[in-house]
Amino acid sequence: MQKNNRLLNSITLLLVSIVIFAVLFLLIYNNIINEFAGDILKISGIYIIVALSLNLITGFTGQLALGQAGFMAIGAYTTAICVMKFHIPLLAALIIGGLFTALFGFLIGFPTLRLRGDYLAITTLGFGEIVRVIMVNLEGLTGGAAGLYGVPSFSDDFKLNPIMGFIWIFCFAVATILIISNLINSSAGRAIISIREDEIASNSMGINVPYYKMFAFVFSAFIAGIGGGLYATHFGYLNPSMFNFLFSVNIVVMVVLGGLGSITGTIIASCIFAFFTMYFLPLFKDFAQNVFHISILDFNQVIFATVLILMMLFRPRGIMGTKELSFVKLVKGIGFNKTQGVK
Amino acid sequence: MEVLNAQSISIVFGGLKAVTNFNLKLEKGELVGLIGPNGAGKTTIFNMLTGVYTPTSGKILFGGKVSGEGSMQSIAGLTPYQITQMGIARTFQNIRLFKDLTVLDNVRIAFHFGVKYNALQAVLRTPAFYREENEITEKARDLLKIFNIHEKENELAKNLPYGEQRKLEITRALATNPRVLLLDEPAAGMNPQETHDLMNLIKFIRDKFDLTILLIEHDMSLVMGICERIAGLDYGQVIAVGTPAQISKDPKVIKAYLGEEVETGA
Repeated sequence: MQKNNRLLNSITLLLVSIVIFAVLFLLIYNNIINEFAGDILKISGIYIIVALSLNLITGFTGQLALGQAGFMAIGAYTTAICVMKFHIPLLAALIIGGLFTALFGFLIGFPTLRLRGDYLAITTLGFGEIVRVIMVNLEGLTGGAAGLYGVPSFSDDFKLNPIMGFIWIFCFAVATILIISNLINSSAGRAIISIREDEIASNSMGINVPYYKMFAFVFSAFIAGIGGGLYATHFGYLNPSMFNFLFSVNIVVMVVLGGLGSITGTIIASCIFAFFTMYFLPLFKDFAQNVFHISILDFNQVIFATVLILMMLFRPRGIMGTKELSFVKLVKGIGFNKTQGVK
Repeated sequence: MEVLNAQSISIVFGGLKAVTNFNLKLEKGELVGLIGPNGAGKTTIFNMLTGVYTPTSGKILFGGKVSGEGSMQSIAGLTPYQITQMGIARTFQNIRLFKDLTVLDNVRIAFHFGVKYNALQAVLRTPAFYREENEITEKARDLLKIFNIHEKENELAKNLPYGEQRKLEITRALATNPRVLLLDEPAAGMNPQETHDLMNLIKFIRDKFDLTILLIEHDMSLVMGICERIAGLDYGQVIAVGTPAQISKDPKVIKAYLGEEVETGA
């Protein structure tokens, strides 16, 4: 019966993914939602990947890191350069970008993971800025401050590109969700969470704390690197200022809003964040300009700050806290599973 | 047969000699108590034995799971997780449970270093993963049953009553499959009835799991009731070692706890 249950859970999740995919695919493919809405979906997907990577290190391992945009930048530039200069296929380039970022995560992790709390936050913040400045100055390779133009898109066919981009990003987002949730719900995941709960006790329970911190950090860098690669391919050009400190903070905002230590919370918050920044807030462009005499970008920051403060006051643990929304339970609740109530 | 041997270990924090020349030999299966007034250095000794602190001088020898029967190896300077993996488990004076995790997960975490499947197998959900996860869960439930908290396995650790939190901490320590168990004030905050039950429980787990137990306790009824040997500590130094009967009559121990009579002089 347990095996059946397992199978049923897997099938439920597979079906849910396929249904979501099919619906969105058809909507985009038949131009029922326009290219702009498609872009919002794609950016949501990338945000999900990157925010989940941060949630792994900050939400589950409990180490506040503020340099996620730096990791994205490394992944983005590596992927772009691999495709443009070495003509490596996109999939391989993305993986190489991820691995290269993971290598940096490993090197950065050595000195920084000994630090705790605020100190780690400040060092990772510094790291993100260093990466950005290096990208500006490595002009031969990265195009410097002017940026890198002509990053090949998901498909050579101009018409197919939007839908191909959607497929790529969707698959990577689902894979990220699956890998992180499987990892977290295993012994290694419990070891990682125990570090967040109480590092000293975790150590005393025979858990190699430095190893698991490093593991989470490197893995987080790997995923962020892939997210960066997708970001580069989506936009088709790169500029160091895309990966500034504000971007790192925005990723933190998504994770905190969703709930530190909640995968579904991060997914929900990432989608909301993409929708708000790309569609909803730009509606107030004239309002911001005329009433407050500030640009829409500054206006965004004011709104984020306000939302964060309100959130901290009324729901300090984020939308989901550490809880998860389960499709499997949802389906069971509808009455799909007749073994309900049997322990 | 000795399992743990601390040979004149000392630790100095800055100018403070927290523990000086502490000697203790634990024979297999013994139940030994460590008593002394607040600040005497009891918990510091625990922290040295478990690797939280490295002694400034002295040797700690341990006959661990790896070193085999009869042979001892030095453990001073190893990290806490290495020492736990070798077979010394502990509880904490100020309970350190994983508060926001369930009772079951608290225990399952302690099984972690024995788990054979790797992260990749976990991500791919291979049969080995499910098999071992089920095994761990069953083992955790069996342990929880001994302490009679198995019915609360899905509650968050922080929601348990104080006494049960202490029990959960002992359960968690047992899950690391130790040879030596260090209990830091296991009866703190318990009422006399609970303390009495705990005494029986400690004796029971010692026999069932073939343990050697060293415990710190202020509750004299518990210490005198179950310990076979007691070491009295004051100002970081051993002032007396002996059976409960000897210790309770030892003038130095009485002095450390109650102070001296002062001659007022006519």
